[in-house]
Amino acid sequence: MSPLAGYLLVAALLFAIGLAGALTRRNAILVLIGIELMLNAANLNLIAFWRYGPHPEALTGMMFAIFSIAVAAAEAAVGLGLVIQVHRHAKTTDLDQMNRMKG
Amino acid sequence: MSFAFWAVTALTVAGGLAAVTLKNLVHCALAVSVAFAGLAMLFLQLDAQFAGFAQILVYIGAVAILVVFAILLTRNADTPKEGGVFSRTWLAGLVVAAAVFAVLGWAVLAGAKGLPNEAAAPAVTVQQIGQALMGRYVLPLEIVALLLTSALIGAVIVAMHEAVNEKGGAK
Repeated sequence: MSPLAGYLLVAALLFAIGLAGALTRRNAILVLIGIELMLNAANLNLIAFWRYGPHPEALTGMMFAIFSIAVAAAEAAVGLGLVIQVHRHAKTTDLDQMNRMKG
Repeated sequence: MSFAFWAVTALTVAGGLAAVTLKNLVHCALAVSVAFAGLAMLFLQLDAQFAGFAQILVYIGAVAILVVFAILLTRNADTPKEGGVFSRTWLAGLVVAAAVFAVLGWAVLAGAKGLPNEAAAPAVTVQQIGQALMGRYVLPLEIVALLLTSALIGAVIVAMHEAVNEKGGAK
């Protein structure tokens, strides 16, 4: 197995773990953690392809990963702010209990 | 595949698994920090020093702290009283995740022959990254700056909404 395939498999496994967390957990914060894991797995793919790609000096994959990290940070801040506001409104972060759109 | 790769992979996957399975939310936040640290080490193994240290600064330094703050502000680090930590539809979620992993793994293994095998470590300095950010990628950089500013203001406004309503009485 080439090193690139190994990194891609690790990224696929991490993506699946994050997806499982986002889909199976009841707490909204844990769903956000799962989404962060998925974004990180995508970043690992970008960096691995940059490292083993034909033109690493062009920095394309690296730049994509850096911008992706910045966007993920913004997403985490807004997502957690939303969770805090929902908790204030519904007195819970349990997603199974948040089943009404009218609040 | 070196021993270091497998060790860091085991650490990362164990951290990720613990983050999505543990009952106590604070333990989950600690486990996800371990997974982020493992990913940063994988970046360093891939000769992407800048991305690795950015990962440590942004994820362990900021996102993990934000998660801990959110957990403490919503005051439910303890496990829920009834029904466990998993959603009612956990089986469907697990099946979807397993199917996604099967498809991704199959795609990687089926295409493994066409992947490049070994490449010399790219000699990229932080100076080159900075020049690229200030030259070719200056427009995306400015857009990210705008995005971060609006996300900062938006997060504060979303989280402060109730207080404004109480003061202004504009409910």
